Order: sequence, then C-alpha cells, then structure tokens
Amino acid sequence: MEGVEKRNQIWAYLIIGFFTLLTVVSYSVNEYYIYLGAYLWFGFVYGMCLQYGRFCFSSAFRDLFAVGVPRMAVGIMIAMVLFGSVSAFVTATGNSTYHAAPYGWHAVIAGLVFGVGMVLTGGCASGSLYKAGEGNVTAMLVFVSISISLAVFVDVGGWLNALVPNAWHESALAKGLPAEIKVGDGWLDQYLAGHVWNQPILTYSEWLGLKGAWTAAFLGNVLVGIVLPASLLLAVVYFLWYRKGYLRKRTEEGRPHQGFATELAGYWSMIAASKRTAIAGLILGIAAGLHMYVMKGMQLKFGVQNFGSILKELGFASGLSYKGTVFDPGYWYVTTQEAQWFGWLFNKLGWDNTGNIFFGYENGLPNPLLNPAGWMSIALIGGAAVMALLSNEFKWKNTTPELAVWAIIGGTLMGIGSRLGLGCNVGAFFVRVSQGDVSGWLFGIGMIGGAWLGVKFFNWWTERRMAREMAAFQL
Amino acid sequence: MKFEKKSDGLYALDVCGYVCPHPQLYTKKALEKMKEGELLELVFDNASSGESIAAMCDSKGNEVVEKNTDSGKYTWKIKKTAA
Repeated sequence: MEGVEKRNQIWAYLIIGFFTLLTVVSYSVNEYYIYLGAYLWFGFVYGMCLQYGRFCFSSAFRDLFAVGVPRMAVGIMIAMVLFGSVSAFVTATGNSTYHAAPYGWHAVIAGLVFGVGMVLTGGCASGSLYKAGEGNVTAMLVFVSISISLAVFVDVGGWLNALVPNAWHESALAKGLPAEIKVGDGWLDQYLAGHVWNQPILTYSEWLGLKGAWTAAFLGNVLVGIVLPASLLLAVVYFLWYRKGYLRKRTEEGRPHQGFATELAGYWSMIAASKRTAIAGLILGIAAGLHMYVMKGMQLKFGVQNFGSILKELGFASGLSYKGTVFDPGYWYVTTQEAQWFGWLFNKLGWDNTGNIFFGYENGLPNPLLNPAGWMSIALIGGAAVMALLSNEFKWKNTTPELAVWAIIGGTLMGIGSRLGLGCNVGAFFVRVSQGDVSGWLFGIGMIGGAWLGVKFFNWWTERRMAREMAAFQL
Repeated sequence: MKFEKKSDGLYALDVCGYVCPHPQLYTKKALEKMKEGELLELVFDNASSGESIAAMCDSKGNEVVEKNTDSGKYTWKIKKTAA
C-alpha cells in the first residue's frame, strides 16, 4: 500500500513538473506564450477543485431527482454567487472579457438535450474531463463523443438542410457573411445566423435599467441575477428534498422541530452539509473570476483582444478564423476547444470543414499545441489527476459495453446540445448566470428538465435490472 | 451489477465498474426493497458516488455502519433503519 502511495505521489509531482517546465520553456521561447501558461494554470486549479469537491454539474439535479441529495445543487449555487461577485468587480472596473449571448426558447431546448445527455453519460462536460483525470475510461469516451459529435454537427448539411425553415435560410443569407462561409448550407449555420443571432441579448442590470457600473454589476447582475434566484431555487430544494430528513433528525435528537428559526437552521444545514463541495465551489468561484481578470490583463499587456493576433504576429497564420481569431474565451470554458482538436484532425485528414461559422468564421482550427483553451482542458485533466493521485483515488477504470453505449449516446446529445445553446453546462449555464446574462438560467431550466427525463429513464432501466437479479430470491 | 442474498437479513450489492448515477440508484433501490433492520453490503469503485450515497443514507435515516477502502474499491455496510 505504501509503495502505491509513493508511486502515486511521484506521478503527481511529475505532472506538476511537466506543466511547470512547459510554462517556463514556452515563456523562454517567447513571452507571448505566457498567455497559454495562464490558461494552463487556471485549468489546473479547476481540475484540482473539481476532483476535490467531486464537483459535477451533472449530479446537481440528477441526484436530487434520483436519490434526493442536494449536495451538488448547493455547491453550484455557492460557486455561482462567488464567481458572480468576483466577476462583478471585474465588470465594474471595465476588465470583463465576457459577451452576453442571445436568449430565447433555443436556450431551454438546448439545455434539455444537453441535460438528458449529461445524465446518460454520468458526468457533465467538465466532470468528464476531471473523471478522465481520475483514470476513468468511460469519462474519456464521453469527452471524445462530445467532441466528435460537435465537430461533425457544426459542418453537416445535406439532408439536414431540408429541416431548416425557409425564414432561417433567408435570414442567414441576409447577414452578408463572407463568401468563404457557406452560410446557406449546413443546419447549424442557418440556425445560428438565421435564428439565434436574431434573438435579443439582455443582462439583468440592463433589464432593470441600472446605469452606474457598480450598481449594475452588483445589484443587477449579482443580487437580482444570481443571489435571489439561487436562494429561491435552494429554498424549493430544501422544502422538497431536505426538510423532511432534517426535521426527523432534530426530533430524534429532542431538539425543537418547528418554527422559523428551525427552518432557517435547516436551510443553513443543507448548505453546509458537504464541506468538500462547498469549499470546492468557493475556490472555483473565486478562481473563475480571477481568471477573467488575468486574461484581460494579458490582453491589455500585449495589446490584443484575441490570441489569434498573437499567433499571426508569431507567423502562425494557418488555423485562424476568417476574422483572424481563434477560440479564446478569456474564462473557464469546455467543449469548443475539444471540438477544435477533432475538427483540426478531420481537417488534416482531408475534410474541408472551414466553410462554417463555428470553425471558419469564429473559432478557427489552430494547431492543438497552440490552442489556448485547449491548454486549459489538458491542465484540467492533469489537475484532477494530481489531486486524485495525492489522495490515492486515481485508478484506471475500464469501461463496459453498457457504459460505453450510454457514453456515446449521451456524449452525442451533449455535443449537439452544447452547440444549440452556444456552450455547455459551464459556458452556457455557469458562466452566463454568473455574469447576469438572462440566457444562463434559461439553459439551466432546460438542463433541469433534461435531468428529470434522464432520471426517469434510468429509474426504469435500473428497476428492470434489479428485478432480473431478484428473480433468484424472495425479498 | 450483482445483487444477491447472502443470508437472512444480509444482502450484497456489487456495482464495481459503474459510474454515476448507477451506484447510487442501485443502492437506493436495494434499500427500498429491503426490510427495516436488514444489512446491505455495498461494493463500489466510483468515488463520487460515495458522497451521494452517504448523503442519501443520512437524509433517509439509514445508517452506514462500516466503511472500508482498498485501492480505490469501497466496501460499505448499510443498515436499513428507516421504514
């Protein structure tokens, strides 16, 4: 056992050493590469926190519906309030890298598709990355499925074009995109340019008409956009899933079990129930806010707004989008960079996939070695692996045919859902809610609905399996 | 997944190899089917399921009477104390 622990520690330090060496060597090659290093170390922190707190968005509402456990729903709300508060400071001082997204029914539907997939796979997009870092082969299969389905979905037309309403087609063509981007061909391009881009963009501060930068950020986006809805949502969770067990325990202990003070104590007990999750939520929230601040600082230091300009300066023109950009969100994000890895590979294998909005117009297809957000995802896996190794929780765990099927079906749904919603559980929900963007909660409502549907299905599935096992004995 | 009766009042559930939400769902269903006072020997290897199973037992009033870990494999004994 001691030998295993020692070996785990050595591996953990080797990973840390590798990332440190990568940062130092890349910086010594050119100071611009510190931009990649910043993404790397924030990704590393995200990975460590996610693994430490078993922080998986997928379980937030899934475990509520499946087994009545509110642990993760609480953790995510804490992280969003913290991230929102740090971000409000960043926004109020004019340093935010965030751009609000269009809101509408599409966000709810996208969340629903993503939510079903998330339950089937057993982990959200970032959860699959951190579980891959724990040595879980099913989780690796999930993120490969998400990435491939995404890379394919953004460029397919053919018979799918027949499913595009004519109004979307006309509206997409009327956007006047460059000829290199074949916006009239491809379901997703016409959905984006012909429908989503026509939807309004709104933050809570704009909705309330708040003018001052600090008032808008803290009162509008944090208080009204995050704290109030999160508190209400947790109150619903408390009354439906936590209260009964809490009052039962108080009764058994002979403590008062009625009155407002008891309910408040119960609400707080629910929030403090899982220290690991709450601590992870706290650090994640602060780190995500700082990340935004640091990336903005880098952009100001180098006089750029996107890493694409740096790549161009360094002579790497291939892989840039039509706008001369690459995917460079400036904050915590998953799925797009993984889709780019596979998109880049498909491109090298001869698939001309640069005529679409996703790769060709907006995000580019940079070499994976120079993909800034890609460094974040790799380091997220590494950070989770380090944490798992140091706590002796790292274990190579192979998949099974059953889990592989769920991983591929669920991963595909997550890839499609994340494109429909312009982001996954992190980019379309966590980040947007934390920035006071109205579309964030809409995606979240869809995810909750999707989690409910997914749990319904798995309830039926597990009941069937249990019945088969129990045929051998009476219970 | 393997669910079997080991002796009177003692059941064994092995969900090794499974990821979330399967271990917690199977545990919930096994406990629901058992009678008060009976014991479930649960074996799983998905660390994050442990958090949910512990919280579920705490919330329902079932008691985790023993927890053992060996090379990433968890063996828990859960007594069904809730009706």
